[in-house]
Amino acid sequence: MNKIVLFLAVILMAYPSYAQKIEVCGTCAIPSLKKGIAAAKAYDTIIVKKGTYKEHGIIVDKPLTIIGENYPIIDGERKGEIITVISDNVTVDGLFIINVGTSYTEDYAAIRIKRSKHFTIKNLVLEKLFFGIYLEKSSYGKVYHNKIVGDAVEEYNSGNGIQLWYSNHIVIEHNYVQHVRDGIYLEFSDNCLIKNNVSALNIRYGLHFMFSNNDEYSDNTFENNGAGVAVMFSKKIKMLNNVFRENWGTASYGLLLKEINDAEIRGNTFEENTIGINIEGSNRILYKNNNFTNNGWAIKVRGACYTNRFLANNFLYNSFDISYNSKVNDNVFDRNYWSNYTGYDLNKDGIGDVPYRPVKLFSYIVNRTPETIILLRSLFIDIIDFSEKVSPVFTPDNLMDNNPLMKKNLW
Amino acid sequence: MLKILKYSFYDLMRSRWSYVYFAFYLLLGVVLLFLNNDLSKAVITLMNVIIVLVPLIGTIFGVMYYYNSKEFTELLLAQPLKRSSIFLGQYLGVALSLSMSLILGLGLPFIFYGLFKSTAIWDFSLLLVTGTFLTFIFTALAFNIALSNENKIKGFGYAILMWLFLGIIYDGLFLMSLVLFEDYPLDKISLIGTMLNPIDLSRTLILLKLDISALLGYTGAVFKQFFGTNFGLVISFGMLVLWVVSPLMRIIFKSKRKDF
Repeated sequence: MNKIVLFLAVILMAYPSYAQKIEVCGTCAIPSLKKGIAAAKAYDTIIVKKGTYKEHGIIVDKPLTIIGENYPIIDGERKGEIITVISDNVTVDGLFIINVGTSYTEDYAAIRIKRSKHFTIKNLVLEKLFFGIYLEKSSYGKVYHNKIVGDAVEEYNSGNGIQLWYSNHIVIEHNYVQHVRDGIYLEFSDNCLIKNNVSALNIRYGLHFMFSNNDEYSDNTFENNGAGVAVMFSKKIKMLNNVFRENWGTASYGLLLKEINDAEIRGNTFEENTIGINIEGSNRILYKNNNFTNNGWAIKVRGACYTNRFLANNFLYNSFDISYNSKVNDNVFDRNYWSNYTGYDLNKDGIGDVPYRPVKLFSYIVNRTPETIILLRSLFIDIIDFSEKVSPVFTPDNLMDNNPLMKKNLW
Repeated sequence: MLKILKYSFYDLMRSRWSYVYFAFYLLLGVVLLFLNNDLSKAVITLMNVIIVLVPLIGTIFGVMYYYNSKEFTELLLAQPLKRSSIFLGQYLGVALSLSMSLILGLGLPFIFYGLFKSTAIWDFSLLLVTGTFLTFIFTALAFNIALSNENKIKGFGYAILMWLFLGIIYDGLFLMSLVLFEDYPLDKISLIGTMLNPIDLSRTLILLKLDISALLGYTGAVFKQFFGTNFGLVISFGMLVLWVVSPLMRIIFKSKRKDF
């Protein structure tokens, strides 16, 4: 084993010293990227000078480093896919790729990595695209510092910003994605890290997981998307320190969880979303140290959610803190701060002496008959909420926070 | 009419209750603003107070003033004055002094708080405008009740009942009918139901400016389309004006025929 590692190390160190530099520019001997790739040997570096290159269907079939100087424009003229990588160890850096073709039978991408490993895609700017960066059965890659600006209007004829399909161990960092269908989409992709990205103004989701396990996303910002993040049919996802803001609309969520097990949601901020978190069929999830501020519904529990724990979160000025549609409760709420809490603390230990019931009768009514929302904050509603609080009939009577904090959780 | 208005107004300005009312709002404004660091939260609490208390005070003050100044009214009736101008003058005197207490009482703390620099100024002015409308509406309704009932106790009873109905019972019936007919499309019905009650209308107007994210939930489209646009705003204010004008018409009509 050691010998193999040593051998690889030697090869890796030795290769670049033999590597050649090939320059591509409009007036050079090699006027196009395609010809540059044809002329290059494995492990060469191709430098693309500033200019406009009208090319599509570029296939990178050997381990190359392609570097753009001052963002040369690769214009696909909407004729199809622009760059397809089918070799391991490829780096693409600093290109401005525009005009990807739109197709209803094939997913054309600005850059597609196909069955390759150890690739790096960085500093790309993608505009007027269908799919942006498409990773297909590729692993151990990095996607850094890219800016993807789409012009999607409808869901059916637009693509995703960064799409992973059967791709494991990918790191996606510091990307900026906007105006596409799904900002970042993972399908059957495990052990990926998504960090410090900004995904905004997308038609469907800022970030979308499908059948992907053991992934982590942290420190991202999701703003003004159809829904911030949708996590579906996945296990053991870590969601840390993200910001979900202003995902407003008739069916908008900050975070949508569907059939998720054993996840961890910690340190996130949910601000001014119609629904902060929408939970359906999700079990054994830990919600800790999250801030829910000024949402319509902070958390909406739809059903089949068991043994979830909500610990030490802040619920601040939400119209509804928790909405529940059944009488059965198996979830734990403990040591949260609720701005709507009206109890007292006689022994001054910072914990309210009266348990807090986060589910109001009115939220139950609104679940049944949505139009009744028009009576929000009416005196009559306050009265029935109060009577329900005193003696719960419709809402689960064991759903309460036995240790509501008197002051905001700080961490 | 202006003379009577002036007289009623100064009479009320001298009375203790106006000061109490003013002081109450002043205190409320100060406490909410300076002990609460979230301005939009303060506006919501104020709204809760305004939509319950302003109608109640307007009703009680209106009825009380009418019965208290009955002897003076009879004296005025002996003079060569138009009946409508006597009653309208008294009504405007009460409504204006109450609105002034409200606007000054809430406005002063907000000005000291630095409202003109904050973004909540529109929410706040909307709050004051609807509060003023509610004062005018409920004082007019109270005058109607007092005019129709010679018996003081009966008059007070009806006035409180009216407040209770519009403030609480109406919403209860509204909610029940919405839940009962949940299988039918309810968007328009709920809109009309809101329009028909001045308290609900004011509440919805303010809420749409504040809790918009919740109201934008799945049913929000129709409400948003209606209240969010200028057309909806104009209709809503038109409805509030109608709520002021129609009881006033009845005051004029009733006072002309009444045998004192």
